Amino acid sequence: MQLTLEFGGGLELLCESVKIHKVNVDPPNGAEKFIMKDLLSWVHTNLIKERPEMFMKGDSVRPGVLVLVNDCDWELSGQLDTTLEDKDVVVFISTLHGG
Amino acid sequence: METNGGGGGSAADVSRILSELETLKTAKSDIECRISALEAQLRDSTITTTKNIEDKNDTVSNGSCPLISAVHSNINHDLTPDSVYRYSRHLLLPSFGVQGQSNLLKSSILVIGAGGLGSPALLYLAACGVGRLGIVDHDVVELNNMHRQIIHTEAYIGQPKVKSAAATCRSINSTIQIVEYQEALRTSNALEILSQYDIVVDATDNAPSRYMISDCCVVLGKPLVSGAALGLEGQLTVYNYNGGPCYRCLFPTPPPTSACQRCSDSGVLGVVPGIIGCLQALEAIKIAGAVGEPLSGRMLLFDALSARIRIVKIRGRSSQCEVCGENSAFTQQQFKNFDYEKFTQAPLSTLPVKLNLLPADSRISSKEYKEKIDNGEAHVLVDVRPAHHFKIVSLPNSINIPLASLEVRLPEISEALKEEDNSGSGASLYVVCRRGNDSQRAVQCLQKMGFDSARDIIGGLESWGHDVDPNFPTY
Ligand SMILES: [Zn+2]
Repeated sequence: MQLTLEFGGGLELLCESVKIHKVNVDPPNGAEKFIMKDLLSWVHTNLIKERPEMFMKGDSVRPGVLVLVNDCDWELSGQLDTTLEDKDVVVFISTLHGG
Repeated sequence: METNGGGGGSAADVSRILSELETLKTAKSDIECRISALEAQLRDSTITTTKNIEDKNDTVSNGSCPLISAVHSNINHDLTPDSVYRYSRHLLLPSFGVQGQSNLLKSSILVIGAGGLGSPALLYLAACGVGRLGIVDHDVVELNNMHRQIIHTEAYIGQPKVKSAAATCRSINSTIQIVEYQEALRTSNALEILSQYDIVVDATDNAPSRYMISDCCVVLGKPLVSGAALGLEGQLTVYNYNGGPCYRCLFPTPPPTSACQRCSDSGVLGVVPGIIGCLQALEAIKIAGAVGEPLSGRMLLFDALSARIRIVKIRGRSSQCEVCGENSAFTQQQFKNFDYEKFTQAPLSTLPVKLNLLPADSRISSKEYKEKIDNGEAHVLVDVRPAHHFKIVSLPNSINIPLASLEVRLPEISEALKEEDNSGSGASLYVVCRRGNDSQRAVQCLQKMGFDSARDIIGGLESWGHDVDPNFPTY
């Protein structure tokens, strides 16, 4: 299935400064669905080119990163267990402090 | 120290000129302040002749409509004739109107930070007729603020931002009350200051301040309009409004300090905080005027480069939140004792970090380095700043190898050292960066890789500009 992934707030610097990635992913062997947990490990392996600790902490994103699935905070859809569907848009954005 | 284009002039001359300039600028701003105060008095006294105006700063124009007008023209609100005229375009808006303006004139808003976000926010809040407008900032106006902090003018360089911002606000609208807090916001003064306002606007630039302001707003029950901008992106939301989430509901754990970039390091396109600051003013005006739907439970994400604005739905108030959650008992006393710098591992002030990673014999001062050049010592100078920094300015004969690519480019350094070594007794290796932090990291790395003689220049190019060559551009 196809997903659109977007990185912002500086996280794009971890993937060669490219903000928008159209990617094709499939559920892991034997699984029926593809969840956010699968996506994070996919992103970690395939898109993050440097300083992975700036993206992940443990099996989730690091503190200060908001994850939005179709413009909605992933806290509202089950966080790591959120099921993804074809054409979903997932945004990873680092909170800014500057002013 | 500022670079002064032309040469000549001894240090004493420069300092005398600077000091005279300082005196003249202060006098000029005092005169300007006085002029706008007198002009305002004149305007007010010609319109409301019955009103005795002692001090325009204490004059709030709501609730003081002269009775005469109410008798001769049927008016069912408390706006003065002057206010009706000044805010007429607001009054003409069916969805804002007399009620919205009247609410605004009775409201009080505190803007924390008179920088890139605070500048436009304050301009609009003053112009639109917020009854009492508070400004908190401890910083002074600098030349490198001017491209985005548009409330300040060149005449105020070197003077407190609060003073400068207040003067501009007064010159736009002399009928509102402006309160100046020329101090850094701390847990020791935050409760007292914030408690005097209906709405708080967070226009600060660092993580500990953001946690501190949000917690203080929760403790005091104040809505918080929070904006942030960096580089070419901005973010905006309203916290602690009508049962909505607080900053900690969204970010219970502070981010690592390496993820907290500052405008002074990463850069910022001036108009980006300008846009976010304007939106902060808008949200504050909506809340104060009691119109529309404030951006609570939602967040606006602005990407300037691709010209996109995304508004996303964020989580509601978290019952587990340590500050605003159901079982939280975060009191005013706990707030006062909370160490926000320790919590976020970051300083509340924006002073750049000064690391000290190396032993003294692995470091030299910029003056010492100057002597080495003058003595013709065979050496290689590696500048480890990013390439786009190197393009701004660099020392002659330095080679640019950014810290991130240092390890893979070690052969270039070996090659350069060989080339410089005319006498056969070896060339020295010096490392420089902007402020002297990355250069220390680079020397640590170089020494580990066998470049034992590598040394860093203490304080980097900033100290070169300060101690050796005042004409060297700093940024
Ligand atoms: Zn909370």
